[in-house]
Amino acid sequence: MRRRPSQPATPAAAARFSAPAESPRRPRLPAARAASGIIVALAATLVAGGCGGTGPETPKAPGANGPSGTVKLVTHGSFALSAEVLADFTAQTGLELQLLPSDDAGAMVNQLILTKDAPLGDAVFGIDNTFASRAIAEGVLEPYQSPQAGPEQDPHTAGLEGRLTAIDFSDVCLNADLRAIPGGADLTFDDLVKPEFEDQLVVENPATSSPGLAFLLATIAARGEDGWLEYWRALKANGLKVVSGWNEAYYDEFSGPSSAGQRPLVASYASSPPSEVPAGESAPATAAALATCFRQVEYAGVLNGAANPQGARKVIDFLLSAPVQADLPGQMWVYPVRPDTPLPDDWARWAPLAERPWSLAPSDIAANRERWLAEFNDQVLG
Amino acid sequence: MARPPATPGKPAPPGVPPDAARSPRDTPSPDAAWLPGTVRSPDAARSPDAARSPDAARSPDAAQSPLTHRLAAPTWSRQAPTRRAPSPRRSTLRPEALRPEAWQPWARRAGLAAVAAIPAAFLAIFFIWPVATLVARGFTAGGSWDWSGFGDLAGRARTWRLIGRTVGQAAATTVICAAAAVPVASLLYRRQFPGRGFLRALLTMPFALPSVVVGLAFRALLGAGGPLGFLGLEDGFWPVLAALVFFNVGLMARVVGTFWGALDPRPEQAARVLGAGPWRALATVTLPALAPALAAGGSLVFLFCATAFAPVLILGGATYTTVETEIYIQTAQLLDLRSAAVLSIVQMGVVALALWFGATARRRRERALRLTGIGLVETAVPGTGAPAEDGRGGGGMGSAGRGGGGRGGRRPGGARPALAAAPTWAVDWPSLATTALMATWIALPLVNLAYRSLRTSAGFGLGNYLALGDPSRAGLPHSLAEAAARSAVVALAAGAMALGLGLAVSVVLSRRPRARWARRLQGLFDSVLMAPLGVSAVTVGFGFLITLNRAPLNLRTSFWLIPLAQALVALPLVVRTILPPMRSVDPRLHQAASVLGAAPWRVFVSVDAALARRALAVAAAYAFAVSVGEFGATSFLARPDTTTLPVAIYKLLGRPGADNLGLALAGAVLLATMTVLVMALTETRWRLPRRPRQPPAGSLRAGLATAPTPPAPPAWSLNGRRP
Repeated sequence: MRRRPSQPATPAAAARFSAPAESPRRPRLPAARAASGIIVALAATLVAGGCGGTGPETPKAPGANGPSGTVKLVTHGSFALSAEVLADFTAQTGLELQLLPSDDAGAMVNQLILTKDAPLGDAVFGIDNTFASRAIAEGVLEPYQSPQAGPEQDPHTAGLEGRLTAIDFSDVCLNADLRAIPGGADLTFDDLVKPEFEDQLVVENPATSSPGLAFLLATIAARGEDGWLEYWRALKANGLKVVSGWNEAYYDEFSGPSSAGQRPLVASYASSPPSEVPAGESAPATAAALATCFRQVEYAGVLNGAANPQGARKVIDFLLSAPVQADLPGQMWVYPVRPDTPLPDDWARWAPLAERPWSLAPSDIAANRERWLAEFNDQVLG
Repeated sequence: MARPPATPGKPAPPGVPPDAARSPRDTPSPDAAWLPGTVRSPDAARSPDAARSPDAARSPDAAQSPLTHRLAAPTWSRQAPTRRAPSPRRSTLRPEALRPEAWQPWARRAGLAAVAAIPAAFLAIFFIWPVATLVARGFTAGGSWDWSGFGDLAGRARTWRLIGRTVGQAAATTVICAAAAVPVASLLYRRQFPGRGFLRALLTMPFALPSVVVGLAFRALLGAGGPLGFLGLEDGFWPVLAALVFFNVGLMARVVGTFWGALDPRPEQAARVLGAGPWRALATVTLPALAPALAAGGSLVFLFCATAFAPVLILGGATYTTVETEIYIQTAQLLDLRSAAVLSIVQMGVVALALWFGATARRRRERALRLTGIGLVETAVPGTGAPAEDGRGGGGMGSAGRGGGGRGGRRPGGARPALAAAPTWAVDWPSLATTALMATWIALPLVNLAYRSLRTSAGFGLGNYLALGDPSRAGLPHSLAEAAARSAVVALAAGAMALGLGLAVSVVLSRRPRARWARRLQGLFDSVLMAPLGVSAVTVGFGFLITLNRAPLNLRTSFWLIPLAQALVALPLVVRTILPPMRSVDPRLHQAASVLGAAPWRVFVSVDAALARRALAVAAAYAFAVSVGEFGATSFLARPDTTTLPVAIYKLLGRPGADNLGLALAGAVLLATMTVLVMALTETRWRLPRRPRQPPAGSLRAGLATAPTPPAPPAWSLNGRRP
């Protein structure tokens, strides 16, 4: 760059506008050249991203997906197992188990459907019986028959094409705070619309929460296609509160010993009461109303197109193994599917299963769920 | 509306020297002082009258003398040696420097087309294609088009409630912000007092804050156990409204304030002299003059509120849903693409209507003002950023107003008394009270957020912050600290992309083609570019999922998936920040540089980029802040093992217990600190040249410093005399 002596005061600035000294006569397309530089850079980044698939955040990705290294288990948001039980998996198989918690069961299934061309992981745990038919219809799952699976699977897996394996089950029931409602264990759906229970019930939004959906299905089973909407309108008129998820309903709105809210009635699990024993007492302060239960079964399966299908199968076997089954009640408050599994003592006393839970045929659920939810949205949520 | 008769019909009465009324738009031109004599030749010298006539400010071509006109003409370069105007310094130019054969018009056009092609291709591939695919999927059933979705949704009362809520929350926020912005702006942009800079920064800051942080801050404030928990406004309309006002009031005040600061104060003074009280002068003179800024800012605020996502999701509860959150529920939870597509179309309609309304109101107002002469100064105000130009105006956002052409309010000719005066309680009590209220409104949730983040189950302490590094606490495969690091990397990539694309767009849009078709094309480009603001981020994210999943663009598991979406969301803001200063660059500088032999890229680097570099820095900071806080699209695209900090915070909110809430609060403070720090660093770094230190040569400030600034009489004098 040359400076011309006769120019006024600010030479540096003037120099910026002076002609480049090199090759002044060669015609060029500098704008186009600059542009092509940008194009090349952009294309390079896209190609690097699209083909490589290894961004800065996954430096160890190559090989980590290999059949021997890691197996990825997609779970719903409330998955939990003891650390030592999880460590057993690595000890038994030599595989590292990576947990990928997603949202609630419904959102997780939808996410799996949307990403089925590039699965989130290898195996999935937490698809429940209200979403199983959708996941299978969308081709998310690969068939697998675990050698650990016994005849106890049969009542749960009819119509599932061998693509899902039942791991645990639970009853979604109304839970009552016995300190406010002493007869809470004997409540029925009919009671909830009575004036004495005004402003006492909180439930989860069935569109965003699987226990919420299960509770809605229980009312549909109890009241029938013709009566359930009328029943919910009556509940609404009686001061029903709907919140987004189970955590919010149970911990923020319910009045139980470990909760912070004011409402003594909540849609939760039959297995919730054992953990509600107040300090210094011997019996829980809450109880499940067994006439309001809907049975929820949680399944695991191998994802279609898994990077590590061998590992995924081992995960299913692992989830059915005795140590995991025994760990389930304490960690996730669900009943293990294997009948030979010992239950905690307090479960036998305070967390009985409903003898006759409400149920709906999976085909009915699959065919009508969207319509029910839309009607619920319109009429109850507003 | 009655206009005070004393309104000066002409912009500059004879007694006022040119500089007193020189608009900020002219400021780049002093740079011409150090250009070679060709441009400063008598012909080319800017005539003050031409620059101040309304047409001059509107159409740059008309402002140029015949010579500069020829300079712009593509054929000129070949004839240059023989037809140039005589100049005493002509001999200093070496003939070869002109290189008449170098820049053929077609080459220029090809270059420009190539620059335009990159952002156009980006928008086509990463915006139009995914969104169109998603919408089309909603309207096809079994291979044929199916429009019954509209009928079904129109027949549902809930749909109309959703639309009513969306419009209602946006309108309510806009009205509150507009009502608050006028008094706040009058204090922060028309008065001088210690702490003004701090207050301005405080009010502007929320705009850069991630929406998840704001949602969480208001939840901690209004929820059970919060300091305002006794109000019982835990969820529903009111907390959402509070959060939206928090977000937007500073933005509105900024748009109005920068506009107001550059407004000619004399009509109001004349009204006062003629006996109007302060309220009457405000109502009949000032407010009508501010209407364009109110309309521009208002339509912007309406737009942001109608598409608000995270605040509604976090604060609305299960029963308060808007169109935006309903799109989310329909897609993520129910997989009902048909309803989602219809709602997306509805939302685009609402947004387009708001934009159209804002643009129309402003244009009508401007026309009226031009007729009465009030608008003369305002037409040349870049301080409002884009609002003065096209109303969608992110340019006025945040500090961009100052960075962009934002010298509005600080005129080269000297400060006006209206600016210099300190506020007094007797006169300014409405402004002082409103500003105090708004400052509290903004500071309280943030202070409370920081305070609550220190509360752990084991008493006060840093426990929540220490837990940020603990992977077992986050409920994710990684700790929140890792999520924060990933957020930063992703946002850097997204910000770099948005900045590069924004630059390319601004280069193209700052040209002033004479052909009508070219201007039309520019206009179309401009609108498509702004569309990501009006399309739900959820729709964008969801569209990404269903389109970018196969060769040749299989980005499903790519690192670039999230940065691409975030760049798309940040791009409109980047362009609105860079474009106004780029547009205000005097075209004669380009011409002079070209004449001197600079290649187009060099012209860009030495002229446009140098003049707009503060805006570039601010735009980069904004791009980072927007990307790092982006929630709507990212929540769709983030996989469980590649979660960003905002998504991780939101997931934590769904988990039980005070510990998880505490961790989420600590994460929110970390996230807010990241964005505020980046913005603040940009501010301080780029404010340095303002100090008495010698500014770097060649910068805009250097141009200002060397500009001749003869002392001007105070602007409050009419015709140069004291009233």
